[in-house]
Amino acid sequence: MRLVTLQRAVVRAVMQPLTPSERMQRTAPGGGRMSAYAARYIKPNDRLTSFERLEIYNRQYWFRVLGSMAEDFPGLRAILGQPRFEDMCRAYLAECPSRSFTLRNLWARLETWLRRNPKWIRGKQTLALDMVRLEWADIEAFDGKAEPALHPEDLNGSSTRGLRLRLQPYVRVLELHYPVDDLTLEFRDDDTADFASNALTETRRSSKVRAVAALEPKQIFLVVHRMDFSVYFRRIEHEEFALLSALRSGKTIERAIELAFQRSSVPEFDRGGYVRLRFQTWATMGWFCRPEEICTR
Amino acid sequence: MPGNRFNGFTDYGIGIGLRAPHYEHILSRKPVVDWFEIISENFMIDGGRPLRILDQILDQYKVVQHGVSMYFGSAHKPDREHLRRLKELVKRTNTPWLSDHLCWGSVDGRYTHDLLPMPYTFEAARITAQKVRDVRDFLEVPIAVENVSSYAEFHVSEMTEWEFLNEVVEQADCGILLDVNNIYVSSRNHNFDPFTYVNSVPAERVAQIHIAGHSKFKKYILDTHDHPVLDPVWKLYERAIQRAGHTATLLEWDDSIPSFQEVHREALKANRFLVDTTLAVAV
Repeated sequence: MRLVTLQRAVVRAVMQPLTPSERMQRTAPGGGRMSAYAARYIKPNDRLTSFERLEIYNRQYWFRVLGSMAEDFPGLRAILGQPRFEDMCRAYLAECPSRSFTLRNLWARLETWLRRNPKWIRGKQTLALDMVRLEWADIEAFDGKAEPALHPEDLNGSSTRGLRLRLQPYVRVLELHYPVDDLTLEFRDDDTADFASNALTETRRSSKVRAVAALEPKQIFLVVHRMDFSVYFRRIEHEEFALLSALRSGKTIERAIELAFQRSSVPEFDRGGYVRLRFQTWATMGWFCRPEEICTR
Repeated sequence: MPGNRFNGFTDYGIGIGLRAPHYEHILSRKPVVDWFEIISENFMIDGGRPLRILDQILDQYKVVQHGVSMYFGSAHKPDREHLRRLKELVKRTNTPWLSDHLCWGSVDGRYTHDLLPMPYTFEAARITAQKVRDVRDFLEVPIAVENVSSYAEFHVSEMTEWEFLNEVVEQADCGILLDVNNIYVSSRNHNFDPFTYVNSVPAERVAQIHIAGHSKFKKYILDTHDHPVLDPVWKLYERAIQRAGHTATLLEWDDSIPSFQEVHREALKANRFLVDTTLAVAV
């Protein structure tokens, strides 16, 4: 048997979902008995059948990927509840198995996939999608690329006409319909208290459920960024969101400012100061990349 | 024994795996440690805290890279993006050698993120050795392949695990990261004598040794890296050192991780066997 043939057969079995009691399925991929399928490839020994030996790998696979999902998306898990969360993960992995050497990228397609398969978040669609977007932004902000930052003095004496400022790759700008940042921070605080007794764990679980249930819809604008290598969430105003989004999409500074104030209540005579202050703050936090024309100067 | 060409002619002593719960202790207390082993994949990222920590560690310690997803034994060629990122990291760490597992874990671009056991066939040995050579040529750093612990054996196998290991390293002309805990775990799961394995390995190719703890279940042993090293594993280590001489040794502790001091203390127990090995001769 060729190596690739054997590897394909084993992977099909290893990636096949477990039963509700977390055992290997009795039916093999493509039909037939799994015991016969396993025996075709794997030797039994004096303690374990071929089925049982293959099952070790089948279970390890699912425990590992579900564990990674639970670690990266604690908020989504709290919103959906553990059983529904795990069902959703299995369905996602069946369609989107890992295509990368690192588990870090495994859930990169989750938001898109959920939009195509809303039945997994039915009844909580907006809240769940907001949470997925925030939790993925958190991951990207944690280890995303940082390019040389623009300093306010870099632009001294330069005209900004026609200039396009790029946001750092690790900066994420989000429009959300629920204040899910509050929820995430609450879960994060929970996670810092380790070594809990069972009783304490139960109390915490109820408090998470209560926090999800109590969350009222509210439009917010958020920047997920990092400073000194820690990730922060920063609420921003609508005008700031419009301005940053326009810059991210490659608009010039003048055009981004125009777009920012299209439906703004900021009085016209205050807008110059408003923009200056924002740009200073954002530059201080290192959100802008140094434009290439300055880098090469 | 001085270093060999498979570990860049280095003479490293006892190291421990660099793990997140110990970062603060290491950076603030600066304990004396011969070297750290990093999991390459944890640092094959674009930026952020992990790379910052790594740079701080590199300022003060020797670092060796250990990978978990190159899958030398997978039938398909390595992923180009993986190789590109790995090479970037090799340049950053200046690792004197690089190790990954003698296993497979992906097929047709789908990854299991597990260390799956090889079928011990001549075809698999040829494919695996070619891949080791390709990776070494691209990365321009000596490669050592690590034997994995396993829970299954394939009908198609044409040789023992140690014969397969020898076949691969001879064809690839690469080093061995000899994991004596993995040998012990597999010996119990597959009913072979672990000393036969250790005695069959070409000692001159051993670049590094791994020690670790494991967990016993009713019908098999699982490689959990969540315990101190057990006596039978120390005995295998002693034998490996008798054959290979003073060899860079690394304690793996990846789950239920205790304090830095406890992990380091456990690793330093290896000194009992490393003392006065200068006269050791490979037998």
